[in-house]
Amino acid sequence: MNEFVETLLDLPWQIGDPKPAYDVVIIGGGGHGLSTAYYLATRHGITNVCVLEANYIGSGNSGRNTTIIRSNYGIPESVRFYQRSLELYQGLEDETGCWVMHSTKGQIWLAHSVMTARTEQTRALMNAACGANTDYILPDEIKARCPQIDLTGGGRYPVHGASYHHEGATARHDRVVWAYAQGALRKGVHIHQHTPVTGLLTETSSSGVDRVTGVQTPNGPISAGVVLSAVGGNVSVVARWAGVRLPIRTHALQAFVTNAYAQEFAPIVSSNDLVFYISQTPRGQMLIGAEYDRQASYRTSTSYAYLQACSAKATTVFPFLKKLRILRSWAGICDVSPDFSPILGNTDVDGFMLSTGWGTWGFKAIPVAGEQLAHLIATGTTPPLMAPFGLDRFSTESVMADPSSAGTR
Amino acid sequence: MLWIDCPNCGQRPFEEYRYGSVFPVTPDAITDTAARNVDYGWMQDNIKGVTLERWFHESGCRRWFTAKRDTTTDEFLG
Repeated sequence: MNEFVETLLDLPWQIGDPKPAYDVVIIGGGGHGLSTAYYLATRHGITNVCVLEANYIGSGNSGRNTTIIRSNYGIPESVRFYQRSLELYQGLEDETGCWVMHSTKGQIWLAHSVMTARTEQTRALMNAACGANTDYILPDEIKARCPQIDLTGGGRYPVHGASYHHEGATARHDRVVWAYAQGALRKGVHIHQHTPVTGLLTETSSSGVDRVTGVQTPNGPISAGVVLSAVGGNVSVVARWAGVRLPIRTHALQAFVTNAYAQEFAPIVSSNDLVFYISQTPRGQMLIGAEYDRQASYRTSTSYAYLQACSAKATTVFPFLKKLRILRSWAGICDVSPDFSPILGNTDVDGFMLSTGWGTWGFKAIPVAGEQLAHLIATGTTPPLMAPFGLDRFSTESVMADPSSAGTR
Repeated sequence: MLWIDCPNCGQRPFEEYRYGSVFPVTPDAITDTAARNVDYGWMQDNIKGVTLERWFHESGCRRWFTAKRDTTTDEFLG
């Protein structure tokens, strides 16, 4: 036995099939679906809620991300949004009583050119103005915080400076999912695993789908007052059932861990020029990721070409990685929005809501998206924090473009 | 490893190619001009299955071609 096993959560699953009707049905039992259910139950007392998961909870992108929590974004709306999430993460263990292995590490965002140094200086100033704790730091401080770094960048990518996000953190991904699931189950929310949604129950007129009234499953139809799609990469399939057009493209994002590195690697380090990020897991493994695959794909397999390209980038700045071996690699299918910001809230179809566009930045936003969507479902009004992220922003020319902050491109 | 059939070079490894895009298709059901523009500019079919798309043989003959690909398997079909 070890600490990972001894502290496993007790999940009080309900027994039996789903009921024929619920107030809210959430498609997708990942972090986002479960946190929405949790906040509906705990903040608003709405417990007649059902979460339907095609596989087991946390088996999609919640189990395939690189677990980084940060709020150092490039536009004020995003900084405030993710800062709220970061603060909810900091209080998550106290609130739920579950150990999610939250660890504040600080995130260093390297600049290898004068232009990127300006971007990072701007980021630091803008973050400070919007409530996120970010400074611009110089190479000597970077070396002090992360002794493993090669400041010459192999001669080709010299480190000019970096923005340092003091509250950057990581948490154990599946423990976050289980914490929300446990909290929701204890309040009486139903979570049904291995129950894929195969269609939506709709009311249609000549102009298309007017209203979504429930979901179709292999166990029969379930009617619902509100259907929330918290689906990851397959969101376009669900939206098509409702007749909703989405700007989402699905791309696979690969990541990998090495074998255990015996020394401490304290911070999270990202590079905007090289496009990769690295942190150390609680097991000591070095966790490395980079950009998503260029071609749209629903395939969750990894490629040698990616591992080779990403390793080349990471070893340029961190030569010690050359002595480690790749232990495990995986891929998740990301619902990438064109402006690198999420798409949240109501659609043109009554009774159908979305939590999508999470691309490669979904894990850090699990608490805030759940909290905000629960507020929208419970009260019918869109809270100001999530208002900029509606699907209607594409038709009102108010796109939330923030590509340089996604850690990918 | 994935292999792609280039019309000029024959079967070459996946890494030599660059993904272009799919063909944007705006549904006929959208009739309003402004709505059609929004759809053309932003919306994606994001097909799970067989798509028709443009690929560029970047490290080969450097020509564009149209390929049919299954997005669930990344398999290239004739």
